Amino acid sequence: MDLKRREFIKISGITAAGTVILPPFFSSCKKISLSDNAESYLSHFEVTSDMLQKVISAAMEKGADYADLFFEHTLNNTGALEDGKVNSAYSNISYGVGIRALKGDQTGYAYSEDLSQDAMVKAARTAANIADASSGYAPAGIRELQPQSYYSVQNSWEKTSVKDKIPFMQRMNDKIFAADKRVSKVNVYLGDNTSYILFYNSEGLMAWDYRPMVSLAGVCIMEETGRIENFYVSRSYRMGSEFLTNELIDEMSAEVVARTSKLFSATKPKPGEMEVVMGAGQSGILLHEAMGHAFEADFNRKNLSIFSDKMTRKIAEDFVTIIDDGTIPGNRGSLNFDDEGNATQKTTLVSNGILSSYLHDRISANYYKVKPTGNGRRQSFRHIPMPRMRSTYMENGPHKKEEIIASVNNGIYVDYFSNGEVNIGQGDFTFFVKFGYLIENGKLTQPIKDLNIIGNGPQALADIVMVADDLMIDNGGGTCGKNGQSAPVTMGMPTVKIKKLTVG
Amino acid sequence: MNTNEKYALADLVIEHALKNGAEQISVSIYDNRSTNIEIRDQKIDSLKESNQNGLSISIYVDKKYSSHSTNRLKKEDVFSFVDEAIIATRFLAMDEFRSLPDPELYYKGGGPELDLFDPKIGSLDAKTKIDLTNQVLNEAYGKDERIISVSSYYSDSISGGIMVNSNGFRGDSKNTRIGLTAVVSLKSDTGRPNAYEYENGIFFDRLKKTEIGKRALERVIGKINPAKIATGKYPVIIENRVAGNIASPIYQALMGSSLYQKQSFLIGKENKAVASPLMTVYDDPFIKSGAGSRLFDDEGIAAVKRPIIEKGILRNYFIDDYYGKKLGMKPTSGSSSNIVFDSGTRSADEMIKSMKKGVLVTGFIGGNCNGSTGDFSYGIEGFFIQDGKKVHPVYEMNIAGNMNNFWFNLAELGNDFLENESLRIPSLMFKNIDLSGI
Repeated sequence: MDLKRREFIKISGITAAGTVILPPFFSSCKKISLSDNAESYLSHFEVTSDMLQKVISAAMEKGADYADLFFEHTLNNTGALEDGKVNSAYSNISYGVGIRALKGDQTGYAYSEDLSQDAMVKAARTAANIADASSGYAPAGIRELQPQSYYSVQNSWEKTSVKDKIPFMQRMNDKIFAADKRVSKVNVYLGDNTSYILFYNSEGLMAWDYRPMVSLAGVCIMEETGRIENFYVSRSYRMGSEFLTNELIDEMSAEVVARTSKLFSATKPKPGEMEVVMGAGQSGILLHEAMGHAFEADFNRKNLSIFSDKMTRKIAEDFVTIIDDGTIPGNRGSLNFDDEGNATQKTTLVSNGILSSYLHDRISANYYKVKPTGNGRRQSFRHIPMPRMRSTYMENGPHKKEEIIASVNNGIYVDYFSNGEVNIGQGDFTFFVKFGYLIENGKLTQPIKDLNIIGNGPQALADIVMVADDLMIDNGGGTCGKNGQSAPVTMGMPTVKIKKLTVG
Repeated sequence: MNTNEKYALADLVIEHALKNGAEQISVSIYDNRSTNIEIRDQKIDSLKESNQNGLSISIYVDKKYSSHSTNRLKKEDVFSFVDEAIIATRFLAMDEFRSLPDPELYYKGGGPELDLFDPKIGSLDAKTKIDLTNQVLNEAYGKDERIISVSSYYSDSISGGIMVNSNGFRGDSKNTRIGLTAVVSLKSDTGRPNAYEYENGIFFDRLKKTEIGKRALERVIGKINPAKIATGKYPVIIENRVAGNIASPIYQALMGSSLYQKQSFLIGKENKAVASPLMTVYDDPFIKSGAGSRLFDDEGIAAVKRPIIEKGILRNYFIDDYYGKKLGMKPTSGSSSNIVFDSGTRSADEMIKSMKKGVLVTGFIGGNCNGSTGDFSYGIEGFFIQDGKKVHPVYEMNIAGNMNNFWFNLAELGNDFLENESLRIPSLMFKNIDLSGI
């Protein structure tokens, strides 16, 4: 799922980039009393609160209703193991500010990679052009967002050298090779990512965040009598390098070997419509594709979603409750505040079968006159925020996993996926199954692989006929793409049964 | 930065790196300026101006390799960036196959003029761009009572880059792109179908600017009230603009990295039949104003026109310098330029007219292909065809098979490849394809 992702981080020393730009010389902001944290983020970006107010004023000068600045400094590093050695690495440094002006639901956007006042004011004036009146804006007093802490870092990636990471990657290689004679190739990828974020808007709100991320993936290739099979496992969290433990490496290695070795006996089910049992964990991809995107309020505000006229309607059985949560500690989809300065939250999308909330950004929350849900996210300072998912999962239901499997005569059980997609307006969604089993007469029998499942969102939601009590959040590291922007997400699910989907 | 300034910075970086312990280094510097406009229902939804630049290096220290990129291009920042890169590289394992490509392979000048840059794009004012976007929108807006939304999009980009390496390669390129898109959504009893149409190219004056909105509206009207059909084997026509989806697993399987990592179903297939004899595909970097045209690739290797598949026989893989050395193969290039399919004689419409009972695929949704085995399954939408006519739209169906035999079922190629794309693939007709539905 995440090998296509460009999740890279900077190498040990360039860590220094975080400190190189110190020390600052802020004189004009002394008159405003800011916390030490706020001061340190201002100095990190070599800006002052006075400069921020000047740039915001420029963004507001043609009569915008609102403007914001999103400063970002992101450091990525990736190391790759091939042929038993960590013999290549990649790093990236990305630094700049995104400037947005809003007039109603219209957006003007520009960004600058140069954080001098002149360059920022120039970009702000470009964004300001979305409006065409005169401004009555006067800078508001600065107020700091109450900081949250949904991710803690014991050992920062900036202080973790390549040298410290290599033994873990090497261990995964060795464990996988040692586990099965049929293993012929192993690739291991470790990516870490650290972002410094400083946010400021025309209402005077200032917020800052330190966002860590790590992704680790292992690819296993096995050969048996001329046949080649591949599988991979991955984990991703907002954590520091305390993420790397021998226990984790051993668990992932065992998992990828066990799955790959079963592929040699895997078959494809007879194509067509059938009952589908989705195992706990990664099956949350169903929620992400079949419902989650269609609940994003920009699609609904524009009347484009198949769910646009279904708010407060009954759309699923009573035991179906669906959540999108930005507050799970250490989760890949969590944020201390969203990329528009709004607090994240646990948002109930479907409450006991009733559609109860969309996922909002600032524009859609204003449009629907509701409180923001903290779903306004952007790929980077170069991108316009929009409603995005965080961690999307279904709450536990009244059934048992065994009972669900036993209820199927002729169907499939699936629990490993590589990717999915949805058509928002028509509601069709798909997900690609990497691994599962046939269910014959209430029992799991032969392994299956490499098949696509296709269905229709509202129909599939209504067709969820059983939900077990074994909710699991999958931490494999999903990356969601929308309008050309990618965002880290996770998903989760208890075991569920869907009455009918097309398998092929 | 202009081209000379980029070259000057790259030269400084190379000098600094070699002086501080690097054995070899390649430096690329680029910048890009772009505008994106979205208009929805006659109101500007978003207006975005982008200006970005970047520097990337591939660095070789003590027979070890890493690559790095940054958008902080002040000389002192870049120097400390290079110093850190050298330190980090030293921690890695040695890799005897890592070095800059042999200078013999480099582009050394004298190539044809490819005509990839339109200076006019840089001089367009905001009003021209917005008016054009509105024009696209107004071809559909208000033209059908079932319309729930019409959006139109304008995008342009002007980019320039240089590459210099310590083995003597120097090269630069500059490109422009401009595009217009329309998306129309309709209300219907069974959902809110949407459809898009677009035009793009390198030159403002040559860009087709009309009929985009009109075509998007016609396309979406055709999608109302879709239905599934029975699971079974059907002849299938895949429309040119989406045919690349079904061809992309071949491209992946041709890459040196896929061959080496055993994630290719085309291992050992050189000079063997992999597709119907109707299929001939070239990688042609020299098409004048071609979207993928180039004189050298991202390693500086001189571009060459090569057959990929000739009458169904696999002739060449995409091998970069590193995997070439590891696989003991001569490097071609690690990436494609323009992929050109030999065309047939009939249009998609003519092929449809001759179809007794089958499916026209107009879109793909999700699905994947197992690179090692070639097993694939993709979601599709399109039309059920009977006696040469579109009977009704179809959706919620899958197309499945194995890449190793799927391409032998290719029965005909259309004459309608899209000339503004780097993938010049026409509509394709296949016989006997597995579709799953009801």
